[in-house]
Amino acid sequence: MSDQIIKIEKLTKNFGEITAVSELGFSVTRGETVGLLGPNGAGKTTTIQMLLGLTKPTSGEIRIFNLNLQHNRRKILQRINFASAYISLPSNLTVYENLNVFGKLYGISTPRRKISNLLDLLEIPQVINQVTGALSSGQLTRLNLCKAFLNDPEILLLDEPTASLDPDIAEKVRLTLQNVQQEHGVTMLYTSHNMREVELMCDRVIFLSRGNIVAEGTPQEIVDNCQTKSLEEVFISLARNGELKDFSELE
Amino acid sequence: MLTRINGLVLRYLYLYRRSLARAGEIFFWPIMDLLVWGFVSTYINKENDVALFLLGSVIFWDVLYRSQQAITLSISEDIWVKNILNVFVSPVSIFELMVATCIMGIIKAIITAVVLGSLAFLLYTFNIVSIGILLLPFLISLLLFGWALGMVTMALILRFGKSAEALVWGIPFLIQPFSAVFYPVEVLPDWLQVVAYAMPSTYVFEGMREVLSNGGWLDLKILMTAFSLNILYLVIGAIFFGWMFSQVREKGYLTRLGME
Repeated sequence: MSDQIIKIEKLTKNFGEITAVSELGFSVTRGETVGLLGPNGAGKTTTIQMLLGLTKPTSGEIRIFNLNLQHNRRKILQRINFASAYISLPSNLTVYENLNVFGKLYGISTPRRKISNLLDLLEIPQVINQVTGALSSGQLTRLNLCKAFLNDPEILLLDEPTASLDPDIAEKVRLTLQNVQQEHGVTMLYTSHNMREVELMCDRVIFLSRGNIVAEGTPQEIVDNCQTKSLEEVFISLARNGELKDFSELE
Repeated sequence: MLTRINGLVLRYLYLYRRSLARAGEIFFWPIMDLLVWGFVSTYINKENDVALFLLGSVIFWDVLYRSQQAITLSISEDIWVKNILNVFVSPVSIFELMVATCIMGIIKAIITAVVLGSLAFLLYTFNIVSIGILLLPFLISLLLFGWALGMVTMALILRFGKSAEALVWGIPFLIQPFSAVFYPVEVLPDWLQVVAYAMPSTYVFEGMREVLSNGGWLDLKILMTAFSLNILYLVIGAIFFGWMFSQVREKGYLTRLGME
């Protein structure tokens, strides 16, 4: 029970007549890397938004660190972080300035050493004084991860962290994430459309479709249960049919 | 809390150091305003010494305008560069965000007042300091009203997104005709005078003209009315912002705003 670092119960979000997430329930254990997967419109983004407190649930409960998110949002945000390929740090500030600002937002009064260590970890120490807008997409992704590691998060929410990266950099980013996960026991909730990456990164995956969980288990369990060759085939089947071929056999 | 507010203020200050366009917003436009109105005043002044009030009005108006813009542009900038979600998923409270942008308002208003006041003196021998000690409550009153307008503007931008961006620059000009900035309230039709006196800025512009033309002191009731209205509008602005922010979270607009 105490190992359940994230616990979601009967989480529902309606936007007017549309139900984006319907009575969703799952939990994540400390140190786990869980993939939240599904085609566009499945409810992944809405779920992540609600986990970050950006969107209010219509009903249901989110507990993180055994605290109710609705009533302890800032306390929880202090201990988690988020990185997405779709948001950026201000391009006209230098790398140091950006990380210094976010260091302070996370309550680190003198973050210089922390920034330096993180840039070393992500193998981009040379960019510290460069303007962020001048970085390559690979460097930007790693800078976003530096920002996400600033507060030593216990939970990291990653929204397609390797989108738009070349295979070499994507591999480096994955290795860094795996190292951080192993060394610090960080819990990760991961969304990606790269199923090979999900197979490599995630201990467990949750497939969503139309706001509901349609499959849950290790990547291998899901592949086996669906009698497919890979997670990618499962994804394609879900995206085209809205349901899994052998859903009845799952779980 | 102070570390987080310090972080936000730093973020906005870094921007002004790095962006020529943003620095220009503090210096270029106010100075252009002053030059245009300064020369107009010089021209009109040959026949009417009241025209010098225009220079005081330009300086005061810019203080109000920059104060409102400090809030709206600080947050809008983060929307434009897709950084707003990074801020909202950090443990920063709305209160801290507002305090930081209001501090930016103070910084910008002070810079504007000092730069324009100095230039007005050097170029047109108009001494804004001749208003005396009342200069301080006048400026504070404009700053407060600018914050209230900034909160309302920002709430609308969070709710309606980028399509409402024109409000950043538009909202202050919506109140300008009724604030008696460049002319006395008495030139307005009776029913508009009622609207004018509902705005704290009107008391400041009227008060400035009164002090500059007659010298000396001002009825304290005028200042009290201005500050009472400011408090009322700040409370309304804060409640409106809080309500809109809650609506935005309810409807899931924050993500749209942050990723669009």
